[in-house]
Amino acid sequence: MNRIAAAFAKPHAALAAFLTAGDGDTAANLDALVAGGADIIELGMPFTDPMADGPAIQKANLRSLAKGTTTADILAIARDFRARHPDIALVLMGYANPMTARGSAWFAAACADAGVDGIICVDLPPEEDGELGPALREQGVALIRLATPTSDAARLPAILDGSSGFIYYVAVAGITGLQQASNDSIEAAMARLKAATDIPIVVGFGIRTPQQAAAAARVADGVAVGTAIVEIIGKYGNDAAEPLRLFTAELAQAMRAKQEDMIG
Amino acid sequence: METRTMTSVSPASPNSLRNQPDSAGHFGPYGGRYVAETLMPLILDLDAEYRAAQADPAFDAEFRRLLRDYVGRPSPLWHAQRLSNHLGGAKIYLKREDLNHTGAHKINNCIGQILLAKRMGKKRVIAETGAGQHGVATATVAALFGLPCTIFMGAVDVARQQPNVFRMKLLGAEVVAVEAGAKTLKDAMNEALRHWVANVDDTFYIIGTVAGPHPYPQLVRDFQSVIGNEAREQFLAAEGRLPDALIAPVGGGSNAIGLFHPFLDDADVAIIGVEAAGEGLDKRHAASIAGGRPGILHGNKTYLLQDDDGQIAEAHSISAGLDYPGIGPEHAWLNDIGRAQYVSVTDDEALNAFQLLTRLEGIIPALESAHAIAATMRIARNMGPDKCIIVNLSGRGDKDIFSVADALGVRL
Repeated sequence: MNRIAAAFAKPHAALAAFLTAGDGDTAANLDALVAGGADIIELGMPFTDPMADGPAIQKANLRSLAKGTTTADILAIARDFRARHPDIALVLMGYANPMTARGSAWFAAACADAGVDGIICVDLPPEEDGELGPALREQGVALIRLATPTSDAARLPAILDGSSGFIYYVAVAGITGLQQASNDSIEAAMARLKAATDIPIVVGFGIRTPQQAAAAARVADGVAVGTAIVEIIGKYGNDAAEPLRLFTAELAQAMRAKQEDMIG
Repeated sequence: METRTMTSVSPASPNSLRNQPDSAGHFGPYGGRYVAETLMPLILDLDAEYRAAQADPAFDAEFRRLLRDYVGRPSPLWHAQRLSNHLGGAKIYLKREDLNHTGAHKINNCIGQILLAKRMGKKRVIAETGAGQHGVATATVAALFGLPCTIFMGAVDVARQQPNVFRMKLLGAEVVAVEAGAKTLKDAMNEALRHWVANVDDTFYIIGTVAGPHPYPQLVRDFQSVIGNEAREQFLAAEGRLPDALIAPVGGGSNAIGLFHPFLDDADVAIIGVEAAGEGLDKRHAASIAGGRPGILHGNKTYLLQDDDGQIAEAHSISAGLDYPGIGPEHAWLNDIGRAQYVSVTDDEALNAFQLLTRLEGIIPALESAHAIAATMRIARNMGPDKCIIVNLSGRGDKDIFSVADALGVRL
């Protein structure tokens, strides 16, 4: 079983934790996310123009780039993570231009070499799959596509065709970190997606508290938390590891609690 | 003027260069739809709605009526005799887009897009703006159609284009000063895209140039092609033949493609786009073709100013309207196939041209347009007096007098 599939084979919903590579002490922060109970790491590739991100992750991108983070640095972070954590799923999340700057074949090979299990490319809809998809498939790196509240029944087949690893369900029509998703809308979307595919579904965007994570975990295969984590890094700078571990543990604990415990 | 469709001078032949893009929005390897999944259904809807509008004579009639009676088209084609004599070469004609309502070519596209917004039942419009010309044009059509309007503008541009900010507010628009990044056009476009993603249900995004995801580069070009269609007819009437060269400034490149497109199949007409070389191509500039390479930004693939890792560089130009690190995908394609040539002009050259045209013709050009005049000064000198050039005077320079005074060390 590959590492992404293994993350979804656990008795609880998978916790996908996001941070921006090069923002703060990334190695220590990644270790803290794993220690706290993250099942999947989403390592953000900083970009000068993060069009799908709200203020918190925009700032994290700028903090990282201001420190001079390069693509080589990000791949080194991934490779070192893989050496320390041979079993934890690791995906790179970011924008098309940094991912394709040296060509898709180069990027896919570099990902495979660094032990990256999958890619989430925010601005690469299925219509432009040729930009990255074939190269990733050749290297056995998952192409994790996004589905959104605007992905209707007519649209879903195009998204699912060529998707692998998991589907990232963007719970709000918007950017990261601003709105909160309603449980009802998430539940309805899960039913819609589950009827169309067996690929695991991870819900993200607008989930920031242990309570929200627990609620989403009841209907989805996984829950992604990003902005709340990035805000902790923004607040604590190079000393964010311990607060991150505590926060991740709270998220994981809430998601693993049985439903009756939650109600009390 | 004779009646014709809004998109072309004559039916395009199968091998016509005017047949781009393909159905997925590609101009050769450029263009496309690189957007967040949330926007895809809306982009596909817009594409379908635009195709329906193109086939609807009532849409075309309403577009033409507004261009004639509201914008004041056709804009004149002025034979700039004193400029021509001064340069001592080719005969220079100026396409006077500066005389349009709101003072630039931008309004042509805004009229077209607000008609699409209305057709799609959208309740409000948003736009990005650099110099403020597109923001003013959008705020203007929003006022005309009674739709709420929000304009995203980089905070640096807000500071250097105060008169346009005030105009937009007078027109009833909300102006959002964008503090992200370098606080110029690129950042304004990021913020507009973020806002759009969160408000897809009721909001129409009026993109101001021939960039962004398909179908924007196509539909903006089609709306702006009124410039070239008119110029072609006016020039034929004046000279009984086609011009030898077309020259237009290129930021995103909407005025330029509007002039160029109807002439793409006329192989004897040279086509020259003018990028902003800022402080020089070895320093800070905004010349994406001269100094960039292909990449993906703001929904399309095109030439971009970027580093080896694909991080986008900050552009610089004295002209806020050219201060963008990319160029429309059709220009990227026309460059690669050699149909159009892209040259560049520095801030200083543009400032000289600005003053020269003002003194010789009594026309204060926008700094964007001054770039085209500066290139013309180089090119016209090397052409005989039997040769003719059409230069797109894309906008008027009233908005720029403060920047120009500043650059010339004059205190107002």
